[in-house]
Amino acid sequence: MRHQRSWQGWVLVGPALLVTLVLFAAPMVMVILTSLYRRNGGTTDRTLSLDNYVRLATDSTIHQALLNSLEVVGLTVFFSTLVAYPLAYIIAFRVPTQWQALVLLLTVVPFWTSYVVRSYSWLLVLAKNGVINQTLQGAGLIGDPITLANTRFATVLAFVHFFVMVSTLTIYASLRQIPRNLPLAARDLGASPWHVFTRITLPLSLPGVTVGAFLTFVLAIGDYITPQIVGGGNELLLPQLLMLQVSRRGDFPLAAAMALVLLVIVAAVYVVSAKNLTLERKR
Amino acid sequence: MTGAGIDVTELVKQYPGHRALDGVSLSIDPGSYTVILGPSGSGKTTLLAILGGFVEPTSGQVTVDGEDVTTVAPSRRPTTTVFQDYALFPHMTVGQNVGFGLEMQRAGKKDRATQVGEALEMVGLAHTKDRHIADLSGGQRQRIALARALIVGPRVLLLDEPLGALDVKLRRQMQDELTRIHDTVGTTFVHVTHDQEEAMSLADTIVILRDGRIDDMGSPEQLYLNPATAFSARFMGDSNIIEGTVRAEGYAVDTAWGNVGVSSPADAHASVTVSIRPEHIVMGSGGGGNLGEWVIAESHFLGQRHRVIARRDNHEILMSLPQGSSVTQGQMVTLGVAPEMAKIVKGDG
Amino acid sequence: MKLLRGSISWVYALLVFGFILLPVASLVVFSFQATNLPLPPFTGPSLRWYEALFADSGMVEALRNSLVVGVVSAFFSTLLGFLSAYGLARYRPDGARVIRAALMTPLGVSYLVIGFGLAITANELALGRSLVLVTLGHIIINLPLAFAILLSQMRDEDETLEKAARDLGANEWVVITRIAIPVLLPGLLAAFLLSFTLSWDEFIIAFFLADFDVTLPIEIWSQLRTGLDAKTNAAGTLVFAISVVALTLAYVLNRAVQQRSRRQ
Repeated sequence: MRHQRSWQGWVLVGPALLVTLVLFAAPMVMVILTSLYRRNGGTTDRTLSLDNYVRLATDSTIHQALLNSLEVVGLTVFFSTLVAYPLAYIIAFRVPTQWQALVLLLTVVPFWTSYVVRSYSWLLVLAKNGVINQTLQGAGLIGDPITLANTRFATVLAFVHFFVMVSTLTIYASLRQIPRNLPLAARDLGASPWHVFTRITLPLSLPGVTVGAFLTFVLAIGDYITPQIVGGGNELLLPQLLMLQVSRRGDFPLAAAMALVLLVIVAAVYVVSAKNLTLERKR
Repeated sequence: MTGAGIDVTELVKQYPGHRALDGVSLSIDPGSYTVILGPSGSGKTTLLAILGGFVEPTSGQVTVDGEDVTTVAPSRRPTTTVFQDYALFPHMTVGQNVGFGLEMQRAGKKDRATQVGEALEMVGLAHTKDRHIADLSGGQRQRIALARALIVGPRVLLLDEPLGALDVKLRRQMQDELTRIHDTVGTTFVHVTHDQEEAMSLADTIVILRDGRIDDMGSPEQLYLNPATAFSARFMGDSNIIEGTVRAEGYAVDTAWGNVGVSSPADAHASVTVSIRPEHIVMGSGGGGNLGEWVIAESHFLGQRHRVIARRDNHEILMSLPQGSSVTQGQMVTLGVAPEMAKIVKGDG
Repeated sequence: MKLLRGSISWVYALLVFGFILLPVASLVVFSFQATNLPLPPFTGPSLRWYEALFADSGMVEALRNSLVVGVVSAFFSTLLGFLSAYGLARYRPDGARVIRAALMTPLGVSYLVIGFGLAITANELALGRSLVLVTLGHIIINLPLAFAILLSQMRDEDETLEKAARDLGANEWVVITRIAIPVLLPGLLAAFLLSFTLSWDEFIIAFFLADFDVTLPIEIWSQLRTGLDAKTNAAGTLVFAISVVALTLAYVLNRAVQQRSRRQ
């Protein structure tokens, strides 16, 4: 009976697995394969070689792009978490329970606008004659407008703007899962509000922080639009470099090798943080 | 460490649309084991939360050894609470949990280690010091929670239905443990439960709460043998409850079951409620026969005794007969009860 | 002290929400700009950019394409997600952990790489770029999410409902369509609407796989590169409005379904 049910289970799961195989696994294999080809003039030389990887290992432009990506994403994760944590805390513990869902919804509002247009809006806000500069000039704080747009600062700012949402949600979920009487027990045993936070609340909310940081890292490092629009394409990040190979130079094999580097980085980060990557309550 | 006495005066707790405590006053003796007993919704958990400082009363006062603690925060009260689900910190080891209170008191590391060792010894779990909470069983967690609460030397220990999550055998074991620890440590224990057997086995004094008010109070023996109200009589065990009118002499009550002599005098011609425990109803001529003839309707053998129901017209009497008795369904019997065993109680009215 | 703590919280929350909502507010406000540039000062209100938006056939077509791709890919993601979640939860096949891992893997890969991979694969197979490919791309990125959402919604209590139905003689088809799906309706709606929302605004995969028929994000992108005007604000605000409607719909439907089951 059980054997039959297992077989039926596989039948139901089959279509989804097939789709995953065809639309995901196969293309990934294709990427790996392509990374071992070479671009020769206008055609693809299909003899397998590690040329592209040699390029990656030696080309300083590529190294710089990788470094830039890690720095930008690192800053993004850092500031998103920093801004999101107090916000999540306030929503979880200072907002009346019936309003919490609504306030969370408000936090997520930017998600509902078009990503492309939203990046563009930041460009306008940060522009020389945009809202920020005009306000600062109007208040007499600066004389000439400052360059905010098309800088690393702009990219990180726009990223943080988006990813604060993600971390707020995950940290909030983690905070709410803390059993109510743990802080009570701590107080009962003489803990001050500060100690309750540092010894009980903060440690138990770390899963939420880790999940949020991980999601932010994965999504940001592969993001092409924001650095391109808001950062003006001025700083070369990994996605930018990849797209350059594809659109301007038509060098698919090199692009494929870069794509794999991206995959490996994400996989490495996952392996390092896997232990903490669960929002389930530890019993 | 000797226990403190607690005085609660006219405690009221009003929530929107619901009065959890309606003027509760009581005195708890230093070093005693007091059980607050009641059904759900009786206000017992609220009372405990107020004693612990987690809830502020709407009005009324709480003093510990004469000191007014009504508005004092939990961290500064001489009380500690053992929560219903133990509230052990999942990200810390057993040792870290137990030592937490000492850490908050800024005790030195060495000192802490010694005391934690002693506390764990007292509850018989010295070997679990470095284990994680998740690896412990329910009974073990209960004892860790106890150790954690006692190590800070509270003058009052508050327990919120601590044995509810344990199975029957474990519960009995833990009851013995609690008694032993209480005798060793000397702290005042205030224990909340809905289980009357647990209350009787542990308490020096039982306080019965009903709808936010004290219904009855006394030692287990007092409450069982001399209940003040019909509610208390029913809550502490099986009981036969019958209404009647007091006769002119004041010592007997005319009821639908017959003329019943009662243990204490009452106003002549007053309407009263009488409570009789099943085990005090005697079969045969030796019991006085003042309850008349009844027919045996049901009999269940429960091991130590028989649970027997007798009927007459549309009345039922519940009896508890010794192991050796034998009755058959349909058998006619004469029943009686001695006056000392029929108690006048306050009816539900 | 308590009052101070409270007001610090409020100040912080206000600052952060200001930060979060500033671009969105700026976007919406300047979509009603009367002059050309969506920059201060505000010279509206005017609907000229909305008129321009709907007069722009490129935009309108792109909008329609996005809707179609969104609905179709969301439908298939939800369907496949449901079948696999149901199969896994109710039949517990051997190797369930492997299946779950396999279905969730795409979540760990950047859209950039997925889009790129699909593009070169299509190239190898000499398949031309098209909206069909975009739809397929969106199915693969939303399938893991739909699967995860629906799996988490399948509780054991609901399984007893299905067992009872079988006991009373229902065959698998009836069990699935008359018992499992209605009980799971809130989850199905959530999965569908989330998939739709993610597909609707997705850029990079669509960029790799679309040809001349483009989706809205791509059209907006192209227009942005050529000129700066408030028409894109109107487009962004429209996207925002549609998302709000979709999510409100989800919420209302969810409540209605829950109330209906509560009444029963």
